[in-house]
Amino acid sequence: MAFFKLLGKSPLSARIGIAIVLLNISVSILAPVLTPYSETEIVGDVWQPISSSHLLGTDHLGRDLFTRLLYGARNTIAIAFITTMLSFIIGAICGFLAATLGGWTDLTLSRCIDILMAFPTLIFALMVLSVTGTSIAALILVIALLDSTRVYRLSRAVAMDIEVMEFVEAARLRGERVWWLMRHEILPNAMPPLVAEFGLRFCFVFLFIAALSFLGLGIQPPTADWGSMVRENGGAITFGVFTALYPAGAIAFLTVGVNLIVDWFLHVASGLKD
Amino acid sequence: MNHLLSIKNIKIEGFSDESWMPIVKGIDLTLDKGEVLGLIGESGAGKSTLGLAAMGYTRQGCRIASGSIVFNDTELAKAPKNELRGLRGSSIAYVAQSAAASFNPAHRLIKQYAETPVQHGLMNLPEAVRKGIDIYRRLLLPDPDKIGYRYPHQVSGGQLQRAMVAMAMSCQPDIIVFDEPTTALDVTTQIEVLAAIKEITRQFDTAAIYITHDLAVVAQLADRIMVLRYGELVEENKTRELLANPQKKYTRQLLSVRTLKEDKELLAKDKDVILEVKDISAGYVKDLKVLENISLKIRRRKTIAVVGESGSGKSTLARAITGLLPPLEGKIIFDGEELAPALKSRDRECLRRLQMIYQMPDTALNPKQKVRRILGRPLNFYFGMSAKKREDRILELLNLIELPEDYIERYPPELSGGEKQRICIARALAANPDLIICDEVISALDQLVAEGILKLLQDLQNKLGVSYLFITHDLVTVKAISDEIIVMLNGRIVEQGRKKDILSPPYHEYTEKLLSSVPEMDPDWLDHLLEERTVG
Repeated sequence: MAFFKLLGKSPLSARIGIAIVLLNISVSILAPVLTPYSETEIVGDVWQPISSSHLLGTDHLGRDLFTRLLYGARNTIAIAFITTMLSFIIGAICGFLAATLGGWTDLTLSRCIDILMAFPTLIFALMVLSVTGTSIAALILVIALLDSTRVYRLSRAVAMDIEVMEFVEAARLRGERVWWLMRHEILPNAMPPLVAEFGLRFCFVFLFIAALSFLGLGIQPPTADWGSMVRENGGAITFGVFTALYPAGAIAFLTVGVNLIVDWFLHVASGLKD
Repeated sequence: MNHLLSIKNIKIEGFSDESWMPIVKGIDLTLDKGEVLGLIGESGAGKSTLGLAAMGYTRQGCRIASGSIVFNDTELAKAPKNELRGLRGSSIAYVAQSAAASFNPAHRLIKQYAETPVQHGLMNLPEAVRKGIDIYRRLLLPDPDKIGYRYPHQVSGGQLQRAMVAMAMSCQPDIIVFDEPTTALDVTTQIEVLAAIKEITRQFDTAAIYITHDLAVVAQLADRIMVLRYGELVEENKTRELLANPQKKYTRQLLSVRTLKEDKELLAKDKDVILEVKDISAGYVKDLKVLENISLKIRRRKTIAVVGESGSGKSTLARAITGLLPPLEGKIIFDGEELAPALKSRDRECLRRLQMIYQMPDTALNPKQKVRRILGRPLNFYFGMSAKKREDRILELLNLIELPEDYIERYPPELSGGEKQRICIARALAANPDLIICDEVISALDQLVAEGILKLLQDLQNKLGVSYLFITHDLVTVKAISDEIIVMLNGRIVEQGRKKDILSPPYHEYTEKLLSSVPEMDPDWLDHLLEERTVG
């Protein structure tokens, strides 16, 4: 209920953001209803222009681009969301632990993260994925792990600032355990910067998946995802065909939507009135 | 007759909650050459805003709504920015509360001193430096020829505040606005700064506006005092007359001396002792002890006050007792049982019986938790109370600390400083403790609010029989609330005993210095004290 109350007072930008995200989610769920073609079906010639039967034309293999955009939304949004959530859970827990316990825990965790960050992310992902194989689960885990290093750095720094506050000391003196300190004292106060980072990380995941797909280790064809669709059709631009711009536009569209919501949240959390 | 500065019916507004709220509601103020005017009031009274307005300046988000500010026949309220810039620093100067925050840590003192006069084109650099050294000498700074070449962190707080006064004097302004210049200082250093300010304004015949919340301080300096409250003038009079014959109730409240506790005879029965500290030493770094051989006894239903300047180890003592900083040596005996030195190895029951209240209520309460949660957690944690029982007990606690019951739905940012401190007290009480450690619990609060808190603590002790270990640097508080007193200096106990014995002659040397440094409501107090100390 509180959420709807808040929604009623939300600014226009936030409502637009929510609308964009809802649109993306509903479209991805309703994909089979909205389009007559299947995800992998070849329906015509390569790179056909826009027509009434193919709303956005066809791609480099002659598949309906509109259809693939809808199905791509499913994979992309789901994977990006799960990955980002996972990276935040891992990163924030480790970061908070390091800040609350300090000492050896902090030292060990931080140095491990340093080592992980010392590898170029793409090379590290390639190395792991070529060992584990390119299942979607493996993909999610690897990207989440890599992303969590950045989240760790942020959440540790934020938690360090909160940890020295007297209300945390008061909870310690009460005898609270580490988990309670992290969950009830630190997390609510660390939310704003973490949520801002969430909006950013969420978008980077698309790009990272696209980069991996380019190297043949991302989402495997013929499964559609926006990142790989940009790459597959990118070559067409040299022939004056702008097919690649549609999935790219979809990524931008969703990114803007997510960040509009994040901005609103930050505004509410900061307690600013204007 | 023309006044040096005359402010007429000034109204200043601040922007909040999407509208302009009045901060100063139509005040008249005049200042003549060489006169010192004291502005006194609680926080939120609008005294700083009014002081800054004397320079034609308002803080970000504030505006002068109406009224006029005439300085030397110039109207400042409507003057263009560059004209104001020319006046500020050269004709009207400002001394802020925290000198440490006002100096640039990367430049030497003398360079920052010389910047203003050189900038205003009054003199060249060598000349400014020579004058700076002269003023340092007049302000009785040690080694005036060389002290200017130090960086701000290389001098003490009191010296830095005096360097700040010197900086304000650099262009020989007509008016200096002092905004709580001694509030952040210990009583003993406060004296130095007060003496310096008094001397220098007298020598240069400078007019000054002195802003403070402490009537005793302003009584030493001001010729005339204006008492402000809620942006309005309460009372204005010559200092001596105001002190001798206050007209308004509010002024009388500010003047009233705090005494809450009668001396009672202590029974020296051993079973009365709730906590005994035996020979503890503690420190943060190896081989550097902040506390050395501290022994004390806290009795049931009694208050023991620990007094000392900042850096004397008072707060470290609290940390050692609570187990946050396990002592290196010594024993802590709580109700007959020896306590484990580290917090981790103490059991829940023992944590429950020993609670703590902090100096800054703003940081001591989690801003994201409602009062219900803040008070409910210890009830659940220590007693495993059900939701229903918890709710009743929280309301009971709110009644105990004299706050309305609907505060249960509030978040800490929706409370005032005093109310927050009351919630902190309630949080400690929720555990039914035997001993509460109060670490400077009233030093961040206004005088009247602080008095309310002290009174509450006293009432609670009478009702519930808790003991307090009361840490403070304020001797007036000590007089008001304690049964026994411990005086600390450099991590050691200088003197300890019953209040009666400590606060009456013969004094220990250091205790006497502390005691004599507390400003009294007597306008001649500072002069007498300085005379005595020079003779002595």
